[in-house]
Amino acid sequence: MTTKDVSTQETAKDTDFAIDGHGDISVGVHGAGASGDGSASATRITPGNALRPEDIALEIQRGQVKPTEDVAEFALRIGDDGLILAQRLGHWISRSPELEEDIALGNIALDQLGHARSFLTYAGAAWGKSEDDLAYFRREHEFRSAHLFEQPNGDFAVTIARQFIVSFYQFELYTKLMESTDATIAAISAKAVKEVDYHRDHSAQWVLRLAGGTDESRARIIQGFKLVWPYVEELFEDDELTTRLAAAGVTVQPSSLRAEFDRLTGDIMAEAELEIPGVPQSLGGGRRGKHSEFLGYILAEMQVLAREHPGASW
Amino acid sequence: MAPHGNPEAPASAASEINREAPKVAATNADSSTTAPASGPAVTPRGATEETPWSLWEVFVRSSRGLSHVHAGSLHAPDAAMALRNARDLYTRRNEGVSIWVVPAESISSSDPDSKGSFFESPQGKDYRHATYYTKSEGVKHL
Repeated sequence: MTTKDVSTQETAKDTDFAIDGHGDISVGVHGAGASGDGSASATRITPGNALRPEDIALEIQRGQVKPTEDVAEFALRIGDDGLILAQRLGHWISRSPELEEDIALGNIALDQLGHARSFLTYAGAAWGKSEDDLAYFRREHEFRSAHLFEQPNGDFAVTIARQFIVSFYQFELYTKLMESTDATIAAISAKAVKEVDYHRDHSAQWVLRLAGGTDESRARIIQGFKLVWPYVEELFEDDELTTRLAAAGVTVQPSSLRAEFDRLTGDIMAEAELEIPGVPQSLGGGRRGKHSEFLGYILAEMQVLAREHPGASW
Repeated sequence: MAPHGNPEAPASAASEINREAPKVAATNADSSTTAPASGPAVTPRGATEETPWSLWEVFVRSSRGLSHVHAGSLHAPDAAMALRNARDLYTRRNEGVSIWVVPAESISSSDPDSKGSFFESPQGKDYRHATYYTKSEGVKHL
């Protein structure tokens, strides 16, 4: 992002980020090591090493990676999933039931935004566009996110129900994508899968507690699942793109993720004594740019600043 | 003061509730000098409808070989959620490799009002330090 970041990256010039990470970027606030003195603080700050969108942008800039049209279209789909969900979850900031949960949902939103930035940065390389071009200057029908991600937050239980489906789906997807023949997709997924694993735990803990809490909380989580379950099927739909990419080993067919998703979510639902809602499935179409009435409002809010003040920064 | 300035639990009410409650570790050294009731309040489990979540103290170990250090406190409905909240609140900038959470009500702390009798007694007793003694001749490895 800043020149400082870029120059730091230059020092790790020959590093293949997909394998080795990008070198030490610690900010110079060092802990006391094993000396045990007073500065051995619990709030020592080192960012640690992990793949960042900036690293991908740099690889693109150097001409080291360039996705094919198909791979870019696929990266756009999962990038948009994360972007729209992050925008939705961000609405919980300052509004969740407790301060602690506020931060938990905020962290999850930022994780999703991080994945989106990586995937969109990579996708954009096929068309000479930046992550910001793709996030802020596409129109509704150009977004490829599935309908589940744009569903309204509802109450806390609805958000948890949506989060439960999303995190178990994304965990299966990213786990498989770690084996992708596309090194960048594999690297982004390897980073994302650890975070999504925590999202699974977070949502599963809450499903169990809401279902086993009071009559009120149980009624709400049942209602929450009823509202979001119609959008499960779309996540696991195969189409021409996924068929071509599965043949090339870039991804797997979404339908192949369904059995494990059903088994793992089923275990938690059984433990929570909840039933999979017997609701009809929505028509979907998000992957083809056909969205529900909700996406337009999300985009309006998300894009207004960038469109009113193109190139604005702070 | 109620934790996080909960407007539903005014300070005066909180101090009344907590007058007889066991004292808890202050979140930082300075607040130990204030009156006990105004420290981080122990919210008795289920004492009020508005704040049913109990208070937990969080200890984070920043790296292998160091001790867990008190990082702060948080609210959570149970131990499992307290650990997760602690992870989200206190290790989001890569601060830790291990977390302990302890119910605040389980911590007994020394009374700030008896600092004199508790902590001033060792002062001047330099014979309790090894440097007070002269080394005997012929003793090696001291």
